[in-house]
Amino acid sequence: MITFEKFTLKNGLKVIVHWDKSTPIVAFNLLYNVGARDENENQTGFAHLFEHLMFGGSDNIPNFDEPLQRVGGDNNAFTSNDITNYYITVPKNNIETGFWLESDRMLKLAFTEKSLEVQRNVVIEEFKQNYLNQPYGDVWLLLRPLTYQVHPYKWATIGKEISHIENATMDDVKSFFYTHYLPNNAILSIAGNVDVEEMKSLCEKWFGDIPPGVIKKRNLPKEPQQTEPRRLLVERDVPANAIYKAYKMCNRKGADYYITDLLSDILSQGKSSRLYISLVKEQKLFSEINSHILGCFDDGLLVIDGTLQDGVSFETAENAILNEIERVKTDLINGLELNKVKNKIESSHQFSETSILNKAMNLAISELLGDANEVNKEVENYQKVTAKEIYRVANEILNESNCSTLIYAKIKN
Amino acid sequence: MIDLNRKQDPAFHQINTIEFLNVTKIHLDNGIEVNYINGGSQQILKIDFIFNAGTYFQKKPLIASSTINLIKEGTKSYSAAEIAEGIDEYGAFFEVENSYDTATLTLYTLSKYLNNVLPYVKEVLLFPTFSKNEFNIYKNNRLEKFKINLEKVSFVARTVFMEILFGKNHPYGANPTIETYDNLALSDITDFYNDFYNLDNCKILVAGKVEEQTIASLNNFFGSLSILKTTTSKKPTIILSDENSTRYIEKENALQSAIRIGRIIPNKLHPDYFGLQVLNTVLGGYFGSRLMKNIREDKGYTYGIGSGITSFKNAGYFFISTEVSSKVTPAALIEIYNEIELLRTKKIPLNELELVKNYMLGQLLKACDGPFNMAAMFGNVDMYGLDYSYYTNFISTIKKITPQTLLELGVKYLNKSDLKEVVVGLL
Repeated sequence: MITFEKFTLKNGLKVIVHWDKSTPIVAFNLLYNVGARDENENQTGFAHLFEHLMFGGSDNIPNFDEPLQRVGGDNNAFTSNDITNYYITVPKNNIETGFWLESDRMLKLAFTEKSLEVQRNVVIEEFKQNYLNQPYGDVWLLLRPLTYQVHPYKWATIGKEISHIENATMDDVKSFFYTHYLPNNAILSIAGNVDVEEMKSLCEKWFGDIPPGVIKKRNLPKEPQQTEPRRLLVERDVPANAIYKAYKMCNRKGADYYITDLLSDILSQGKSSRLYISLVKEQKLFSEINSHILGCFDDGLLVIDGTLQDGVSFETAENAILNEIERVKTDLINGLELNKVKNKIESSHQFSETSILNKAMNLAISELLGDANEVNKEVENYQKVTAKEIYRVANEILNESNCSTLIYAKIKN
Repeated sequence: MIDLNRKQDPAFHQINTIEFLNVTKIHLDNGIEVNYINGGSQQILKIDFIFNAGTYFQKKPLIASSTINLIKEGTKSYSAAEIAEGIDEYGAFFEVENSYDTATLTLYTLSKYLNNVLPYVKEVLLFPTFSKNEFNIYKNNRLEKFKINLEKVSFVARTVFMEILFGKNHPYGANPTIETYDNLALSDITDFYNDFYNLDNCKILVAGKVEEQTIASLNNFFGSLSILKTTTSKKPTIILSDENSTRYIEKENALQSAIRIGRIIPNKLHPDYFGLQVLNTVLGGYFGSRLMKNIREDKGYTYGIGSGITSFKNAGYFFISTEVSSKVTPAALIEIYNEIELLRTKKIPLNELELVKNYMLGQLLKACDGPFNMAAMFGNVDMYGLDYSYYTNFISTIKKITPQTLLELGVKYLNKSDLKEVVVGLL
């Protein structure tokens, strides 16, 4: 149980404070409600490039990292298709440095040409390192546009192509900042051995005078229902064949979200899961197989991916996956198997709560989704799921007409 | 409201002491050592079974890691599937880690299910059967992963670097090849298990909600077993690499080159170790380090560059690692060596040193947060026969260390002619 208090400043900044007396560290998590889905299709990768620029100094503070490191703190950030999240961990007594730094860059970035020029290069190197110069690195660059045809999830956070990053201008940067980096478009979550009243007054002191702005209503196209199987075959210089099957599912707030997550766990959570036992251990068709869901704010995906054993044909491998899918669509899973995945959820949840930063992040994300207190109901939401519901969702989504399949073949020598 | 001066940083407080969670040492009835740290508010436990059975003790590559991975794949009383099922049923997790010195089986579990999962742990540790079938599945699947890793410039650079550092014939430096996989025999694994997985070669480390009942359970499952004596004939090998000091592996069409530069240094037990940690942090050990500032934040050559030092039981090493655009590999190398040379020729400015000291103390505070982190911190010193005083020494040494001392360490350890270099990609 995460206990917390929630308040909103006059400028619209939402704040959540969670107190945990057991830790000497405070986590300071600032989430902006902007992600790659908010980008223009001809300027993809911009939300993420912008995250890099947030470290290039602000109006009153030339360097973001140094003052924080000087007080023993550390920080980082990530961008997803849905959000951009900045986080700091710092010894409790030096929490005010976090307020000082984060509020100044929310107020106004320095916007230096040098920073833009260098970070364009850094992000291009990140693009190469993680997506182009790695075996299977481009899978999501291929799979996204196959699964999404109109919704902006069709491009990855890193961007569609390197030229989009190369072409980013300072005008674009400024307009992005003034459109999205507003106190009324952000959620601050603080966790640690802190005093709520003191946090309130520090929030007022540092964030209180930052002017709010007008937030444009998000109006993203809804991905239409898929009606036919989609397939893409690519050949690459990789050592083994691989297959990816992505099935459309509901969004993070959808009624079936927890059910679909457990369905994916039944298929591949742990070494006693169905896909692992059957396809890796018994039939020896795959060297590795996984399934997971993308917990997206808009409609997501349940993905099954596997690396084929040498000499196994794509047809045999895919049929074996389809057979397992047929099983979960035909027979109700028994109580023991359902209990098993629920127990895993409970213990994973308990272990994740040992991290103060995890708690701060989860509170902020939950609040953005509607209510911070949902973090405390999660385990219960999973506990409520029945075998019948899993059977129903399996039959609703695990159909080939709802699936995009990527065949990733090694080049034959 | 008072006008806020946003240019002025808030007052800050230095870290003077760190509260370490107490560790308690006990012995089970048959003498197995158990260390435990009780803390945290969750009803969970993390239990490490640590064997002196890491890479260092193997005669050929792959044996140590295969052994710790295969103990879970079938025992006297349970099949591999039954073990996985038994552990999963209670929401518990197994994790195995093979390091250069130790091999560890870790159990993560809700405290309430401890007695339900310990029977499986006992079987796995004491009665693995190592069937031919499981061995072949494991070997094939690992080989597939290995082939994929060979396509990654960073993986190749890391492994070749260890090889030129310690030499092909030293267990720290010997890397597997596809042939090593082909030649790996089941008897290699069973022999290794018989030699090193005796209970007198094992320590148990427990963290989380540790109660009287927890210890009683461990004693119940492990304390009555008779202990065999481990007679490891393994002698520490002299570390002397006769490899060339540079290696370039060309990879056509590589978009980035992976670079590793470094050398062997003393380990944790040596008085220079703390100073070397400071020097390493200045150079490449944090986001604001000199290498990051120069090669990423000024030149934009890379997504990231860092340096680190690692301590093994019988040696330590220092390394720089990065992946840079293959168009600028030579320019990046020049800048890296420039930064190294600066540490040998110029004292670190006091302002920068103060920042690094504070940063390091803050990181230590974070590393000690909570019973699980603290258990890891304990394990990291216990294997050298050290205790928490190692960390209090660390704090006082860091606080006192001067630019002069660091310059002397730079001169002593960072001579370019002593450094080994690997580039995988395009020069």
